[in-house]
Amino acid sequence: MSANPGPARAAGSSTPAPVATGSPGEELDELPSAAPAPQGPGERLEKGALAGAQAAPVAPTPTLAAGAPAVRLGRQRWEFLHYALRNRKLVFGFSVELVFVLAAIFGPLAAPYSSAGDSSSAGVPLKDQCAAFFCASGMTTHPSAHHLLGMTYFGGDVLSIMLYSLRETYLVGFLGALFAGIIGLALGFTAGWRGGWLDDILQLFTNVVITMPALVLLIVIGAYVKIHSPLFEGIFIGATSWPWVARAVRAQTFTLRERDFVDLARLSGKGGVSIVLKDIAPNMASYLFLVFILLFSSSMLLSVSYDFLGLGPTNVVSLGDMMNSAMLWSALNLKAWWWFIPPGAAMALIVFGLLISNIGLDEVFNPKLRES
Amino acid sequence: MRRYFARKIGIYIVAFWFAGTVDFLVPRLMPGDPVQSYLSNFIGANTTVTQYRAMYSAFAKAFGLNVPLWDQYWHFWDGVLHGHMGISISQSSLPVTSVIRGAAIYSLILLVPAIVLAYVLGNRIGAMAARRKVLDNTVLPIGYLFQASPYPWLALAVAFYLGAVAHWFPIGSGYAQNLLPSWTNWHFIVSVMYHWFLPFLTVFLVSFGGWAIGMRSLVIYELETDYARYLRALGASQRLVRRYAYRNAALPQLSGLAIQLGTVIGGNVVAEVVFQYPGLGHLILQAADSQDYFLLMGIFLFIIIGVLVANFVIDIAYVMIDPRTRLAMQGAQA
Repeated sequence: MSANPGPARAAGSSTPAPVATGSPGEELDELPSAAPAPQGPGERLEKGALAGAQAAPVAPTPTLAAGAPAVRLGRQRWEFLHYALRNRKLVFGFSVELVFVLAAIFGPLAAPYSSAGDSSSAGVPLKDQCAAFFCASGMTTHPSAHHLLGMTYFGGDVLSIMLYSLRETYLVGFLGALFAGIIGLALGFTAGWRGGWLDDILQLFTNVVITMPALVLLIVIGAYVKIHSPLFEGIFIGATSWPWVARAVRAQTFTLRERDFVDLARLSGKGGVSIVLKDIAPNMASYLFLVFILLFSSSMLLSVSYDFLGLGPTNVVSLGDMMNSAMLWSALNLKAWWWFIPPGAAMALIVFGLLISNIGLDEVFNPKLRES
Repeated sequence: MRRYFARKIGIYIVAFWFAGTVDFLVPRLMPGDPVQSYLSNFIGANTTVTQYRAMYSAFAKAFGLNVPLWDQYWHFWDGVLHGHMGISISQSSLPVTSVIRGAAIYSLILLVPAIVLAYVLGNRIGAMAARRKVLDNTVLPIGYLFQASPYPWLALAVAFYLGAVAHWFPIGSGYAQNLLPSWTNWHFIVSVMYHWFLPFLTVFLVSFGGWAIGMRSLVIYELETDYARYLRALGASQRLVRRYAYRNAALPQLSGLAIQLGTVIGGNVVAEVVFQYPGLGHLILQAADSQDYFLLMGIFLFIIIGVLVANFVIDIAYVMIDPRTRLAMQGAQA
C-alpha cells in the first residue's frame, strides 16, 4: 500500500505550498491500482514536485549514504557548490533571502527612527499606541525623503516598524517549521519503520488532523487564552501543519527500509532508532531540507494571517500586526496604501524567494532536474 | 470499493468525534472561567458576595456546568446530535443554530463558487501553460507570486485598488445598509451580489495560482510517462496525448483539493474580516471577541461538518473520474 505513494504533488492553493503538496493521496493508497509513482520526470520544477518526489530523491542523493569515503564527500561538496552557484533560481532566491535576513538582523540597529518612529518603544504593538494618536500628527503621511515608506496614522515610520517586524516574522516561521518538522519526522519515521497497527493508528491521526482548519481552531483556542509569545504561536503553527510531512516521510521510509543497506544494518545488530537516524534519515537529507524550507515559508504565511486577525502575540510588532492596525485604523479609506502594501509585499517577496530557491535547490540536489 | 467508502466514513466519524471533543474540552481545560467572565457583565458596584455566588451557581446550572465532567460530555454530544447548541448571548439570545444558518448562506455563496471556479480554471490554465511557452513564462511566476502572497495582503490590495480607489465595488458589509436581509427581495439579492464580488475575487485568486502551478507540473510529468510516449509512437495526435495526460493529472489534483479545504477556509475568514462580509468567518471572530462561547463552539462544529461533507463529495467525485475504481467495483460484484 505504501509502495505507491502516488504523485503527491497535488498542487494546491496559495499559501502553504506544503499543505498542498504532501498528499501521497490517502485516496490513492486505498484504490486498487494507484497512480504511477513519480520516477524521474523530465522537468518537475515545482515545489509540488519536491514533495512528490517520494521515490525519486532516494536515488540522486547518495552523498551521505552508508559511510561514503571522506574524499568523495569532499569532492561532492565542491560539485554541489559548482551547481549551486550556476543555478540562477537558487542564486536569485538566496540573494532575496539574504537581503531580508540581514535586514531582520541589523535592521533594528539601522532603522531610521528607532522604536517605530514615536515616543513609545517598538515593543508596544501598534494597536496599543492609541496614546500616540494625540501626540502625533494624527495623519498618515506619504512616503518622502524623511520617511521612505511614509508614516502610519500614529506618526510611526513604516520602514522602521517593518524592520522591527521582520525579526518577529522570521522567528515565528522558524519555530513553526521546527515544531512541525519534529512532529512530522517523528510520526513519519515511526509509522514507516514500525508499520502494522501503529502505522494504522498514526495514519488515522494524521488524516483526522488534516481535516481540521487550523485558523478556525486557533480562533476557538484564542478565545480562551491569549497568545502572549512568539514561542506559543510557533508551537501552535507547528502542531497544525505537520500532517503532510508525516505522510511524505512515512512513504519514503517505507521505500527505504526495504533497501539492502538497511538489511545490512539490521544484520549488524543495530537498533531501530539508530538505523532510522543514521541510515535512513541521511538518505533523505536533501529532501528533508527542502521540506523544512516549505514549512518555513508556510509557517510565516500562517503567522501573518494569525497576527492580522489579532490572534498573534500581543507585545511585539509583526508584519501581520501592521496590516491589522492599518485595517483597524481605516487605512483603506485614508488611501494610505504605504501602511499595508509594503509589509505584505515584503512577506510575499520573502516567501517567493524561498519558493524559488527551493526549486533551484531541487535541481541542484537532483541531477535529473539539472538544466544541461 | 465498499471498503474504500467504509474506511473514508470511518475517518470522518473519528474526525468529527475529535473535533467535538476539542470543542468540548478547550473551554473546560483552558485557564479562565467562562461563567465568571460572563458574569462580569452583570456585576455592579454594589453586588454583594452572596448575590454573586447565587448568580454564579444559577448561571453554572443554566449552562449545565454544575455536573461532573462526564455528564457534561454526555449532554454535549446529546445536544450536538439533536441540533441543540444552546443560545447565543451576543446575538440577542437567538438559538445558535439559527444564527449560524443566517451567516452560513453568505459563506457558502462565497466559498463554493470560489473553490470550484479556482479549481476548474486553475487546472485548465495550468494544462494550457504546460504546452505554450509564452503562457508558461507568464503563468508560472504569477502563480508563484500569488502563492507567496499572504492572504490579508491580497485581500487588502484587492479592497484598496478595486474598492477604495477605483470605486468599482463596495467594501464593507454584505449588502447595502438601507436594505433589510430578505432573500425574496430582488434589490437585496442584487446588492448582495454587488458586495459579494470582491471577497469572492480574493478567495478565488488565492487558490487559483496553486492549482495552475500544480496542474502544469503534473501535465509535464504525465507527458514524459511511458504511456504518453507509446501513444505518440503510435502516431496519436498531440491533442489526444494531452487529453490523456490531463485526465491522469486530474486525480492527484482532486486529492489535493480535499487537503486544501482547511487552508481555503482560513483564507475565507481573512477575506470576510477585511470586507466585513457577514459570513461565518466574520461571525466566529465576533463570537470570540464577545466571549459568546456557545456560538463559538457551534460555528466550529458547523465548519468541521462542512469540511467533512466536502471531503466526502470529493471522495465520490474521485471514484467517478477514476475508471480504475469503477472497474474494481464491478470486479467485486462479479
